[in-house]
Amino acid sequence: MGRRLADLFHGRPRLQVGALLAGPVGWLVVGYLGSLAILLAASFWTLGELSGEVERTFTTANFETLFSEGVFRTVTLRTVLIAALVTVTDAMLALPLAFFMAKVARRRWKGLLVVAVLVPLWSSYLVKAYAWRTILSEDGIFNWVLDPIGLSGPGYGNVAVWLVMSYIWLPFMIIPVYAGLERIPDSVLAASDDLGAKPWRTFRSVIWPLVFPAVVAGSIFTFSLTLGDYIAPSLVSSNQFIGTVIYSNITNNLPLAAAYTTVPIAIMIVYLLLARRFGAFEHV
Amino acid sequence: MRLSRRAELLLRAASAVTLAFIYIPLVVIFVYAFNTSRVLEWPPPGLTTSWIGEAIDNSGARDAFFTSLEVAAVATLVALILGALASLAVARFRFFGRETISFLVVLPIALPGIVTGVALNTTFTQFLGVGLGLWTIVIGHATFCIVVVYNNAVARLRRVSGSLEEASADLGATPWMTFRRVTLPSMQTALVAGGLLAFGLSFDEIIVTTFTAGAGEQTLPLWIFTNFSRPNQLPIVNVVAVFVILLSIIPVYMAHKLTREEGGASPGRGGGTAVAAEGTAIP
Amino acid sequence: MSSDARSARWAWLAVAGLSIFIAAFAVGCGGDDSTDETSAGGEMLTEVGEGEGELNLICWAGYCEDGSTDPKVDWVSDFEKETGCEVNVKIGNTSDEMVQLMRTGEYDGVSASGDATLRLIDGGDVDPVNTDLVPNYADVYDELKDQPFNSVDGQMYGVPHGRGANLLMYNTDEVKPPATSWSAVFDPAEMEKQKGKLTAYDSPIYIADAALYLMNTQPDLGITNPYELDQEQFDAAIELLKTQNEYIGEYWSDYTKQMQAFTNGDSTVGTTWQVINQLLQADGQPVQADVPEEGSTGWSDTWMVGSDAEHPNCMYMWMNHIIDPKVNAQVAEWFGEAPSNEKSCEFTADPKHCETYDADGSQYLDEVYYWTTPVADCGDDRGEVCKTYDDWVQGWTEVKG
Repeated sequence: MGRRLADLFHGRPRLQVGALLAGPVGWLVVGYLGSLAILLAASFWTLGELSGEVERTFTTANFETLFSEGVFRTVTLRTVLIAALVTVTDAMLALPLAFFMAKVARRRWKGLLVVAVLVPLWSSYLVKAYAWRTILSEDGIFNWVLDPIGLSGPGYGNVAVWLVMSYIWLPFMIIPVYAGLERIPDSVLAASDDLGAKPWRTFRSVIWPLVFPAVVAGSIFTFSLTLGDYIAPSLVSSNQFIGTVIYSNITNNLPLAAAYTTVPIAIMIVYLLLARRFGAFEHV
Repeated sequence: MRLSRRAELLLRAASAVTLAFIYIPLVVIFVYAFNTSRVLEWPPPGLTTSWIGEAIDNSGARDAFFTSLEVAAVATLVALILGALASLAVARFRFFGRETISFLVVLPIALPGIVTGVALNTTFTQFLGVGLGLWTIVIGHATFCIVVVYNNAVARLRRVSGSLEEASADLGATPWMTFRRVTLPSMQTALVAGGLLAFGLSFDEIIVTTFTAGAGEQTLPLWIFTNFSRPNQLPIVNVVAVFVILLSIIPVYMAHKLTREEGGASPGRGGGTAVAAEGTAIP
Repeated sequence: MSSDARSARWAWLAVAGLSIFIAAFAVGCGGDDSTDETSAGGEMLTEVGEGEGELNLICWAGYCEDGSTDPKVDWVSDFEKETGCEVNVKIGNTSDEMVQLMRTGEYDGVSASGDATLRLIDGGDVDPVNTDLVPNYADVYDELKDQPFNSVDGQMYGVPHGRGANLLMYNTDEVKPPATSWSAVFDPAEMEKQKGKLTAYDSPIYIADAALYLMNTQPDLGITNPYELDQEQFDAAIELLKTQNEYIGEYWSDYTKQMQAFTNGDSTVGTTWQVINQLLQADGQPVQADVPEEGSTGWSDTWMVGSDAEHPNCMYMWMNHIIDPKVNAQVAEWFGEAPSNEKSCEFTADPKHCETYDADGSQYLDEVYYWTTPVADCGDDRGEVCKTYDDWVQGWTEVKG
């Protein structure tokens, strides 16, 4: 029986590929893309007059609302800006640590540091968000530390969202950057030294171009996770973000919420295509 | 690379700042787990270990913990199978649409969780008309866990040349035998690493879970979400969080150890640690 | 173009084609689903049989206490022992959440306020209630029976639970002089003093509170009912809320978050429920809450039975239990509201409870503007120009900015 099957597949790479991909691609295309298609379909539906239940009659009213009401533009802009800021912040925080781990730390410490960076990934996102809520609160640590100097913490708001999001997604940036830096051969750095470059020059001209794809890869996570989050932002701010608007409209107006999801989807697809252009999907 | 004293000090300082930033809030959580007060105020009025006992006794927390384990286990299994299959196809063959597979696989995790959650929820409740339950959670989790297994597997397969498999075929082995005796052993630690990461991802996931969970069952994150604000349950939540963090050190360390030996350690590349790390990068 | 790029393009086209196909299928399939008829239909129970062993409820916070908030506050455990129905409680923070949860069909009953009841009835999510099967119903205050928000054409759709008013709570240390008027949260001069520490209920229904304030401060707008707002009145309310938004620290819907906010000093003044005020005072926090001089919005809640209920017998038993004089008294005192059962007044621990909370509605409760679903029909000679709940929802998104 095994032989029969093997003969069937022999010399037919297309069949082999087909058999291998049937499961995963089937799952992803039918299950996942199909769900997205249905969500897209729902964005053209409407609500019953009094009951507020979803009615499957075709209408473009939801998209018209998205474009005409200014609040959606404001919210989208605010979220995108904070996502970009978080990405830049995380890149700046990740690079020194990742470089230290990849090139400077001794073997023994390297392993420990990797574990040290990965463990927070496993600590509950929720608990971290709530911890920050208390850190930033009126009676929280920030104020407790800054009060004696006469300053006060940022409290809740956009700054808080930036801080918390940078915090929570940082490991997602450190790891690919670390991997990217590891791939740079020591010989290249040594050559740069031999040519007389100071550390900053080496970074600018040698390291940064080589590690950039990895940074872009990490940025996919930091950007996308910030773009769609609604739990942490609602804990440390009462401003609205893409995620919170979608979430609050799901209960009252599913079609509108579905229509609004097309915005982050479109943004992320553009982002992914750009990322691919910058080599985030390659590796050496 | 030669660093001047000043540069090295700056580097160390910056690294320390980043590490401190990462760990200070975790320390705060740790302290609150022993807080005598039921409200999160700072500084905590006193310390006690009594919450640990209460947490162990709490049936809601225990049930949620085991539910999470179940869901994560099944989701990881599905992700392992699908991810391994896809990685074999992509790494060993050239075909029509090969590039797109990577794109497709990363989509569930690159798109915001709320989009995935709402899409799945709408599909289940409006389109298919089925109720939500444990298996809908599993489907959601498996979908975005495929990518972490896939990444690890592809990274490994690219490092290990396909000539061994060709040799095996030349010697008359069926594809299944080749897979079982040649391919699988060379990639199994990558699968384990990917599986552990997938497990962790599923265990902690809250957003997609909120939309795909039925009324009856709760995963641990759902339990935390509903209980964090209940004054009586708050300290227990913190204890549970600390417990999960400490518990996670073992699998993380294991994944790290497993991948550092394999993957063809090349000089100056630090071998396996990079491969383990790559698992969370894009292929 | 490289072969990889070409193949990628084909793959995308295939995917796009498949998606559009599915989308078209989804849109086309199912035009006349359920919702068009005013479903004043549904099965009504004719007799209460054996308990099914389980009961899934959606409750307002504080309505279904089982000892986990305070070990002495528990009216669920007795019910479970007597009937064998194990109770699973899901707390709904807003009416919108409750409607959403009921629609999943996974719950047997819900304690619905007036802004949820009509939506549930119209959507076919709840069944009419056979009040003959609920013995304690006979003792419910008459003015709570056969109301527009809990009955259709003389058929009751639920069992009244109790009613109360939304209050204005303030931190007595920070807010001086004491806040006795809604101007504390609507008048810029007063809001300025608590800038960044104001709080308000996070639900579109809060627009009614703004409308109520305008009733008193801008009488020429002609608002007579804060839930019946035409375009001009609605716009004025939204403007007022947008102004308020600049002073708001955070909106609340989870009662324990409001408690934390007042305890930590993040909020110092805003709308609240009596139960929150009582819990904070029990904790020693310096807060006070009252119905302000302009009056208030409020709620009159009804227990409703889900049309997909798997445990209807247990639900009927629960409904009878929760309006039992002794139990209703406990709930009313814990939550801080007027009970629905006349006889409960003899069982309250505080003998003056019914008087304080105006159980028979003679003092102020009959003038409270209970939460109800805004509809297009203004109910007066303006016709059908009033804003619907959808408009309110959209307005609320605008307000939060």
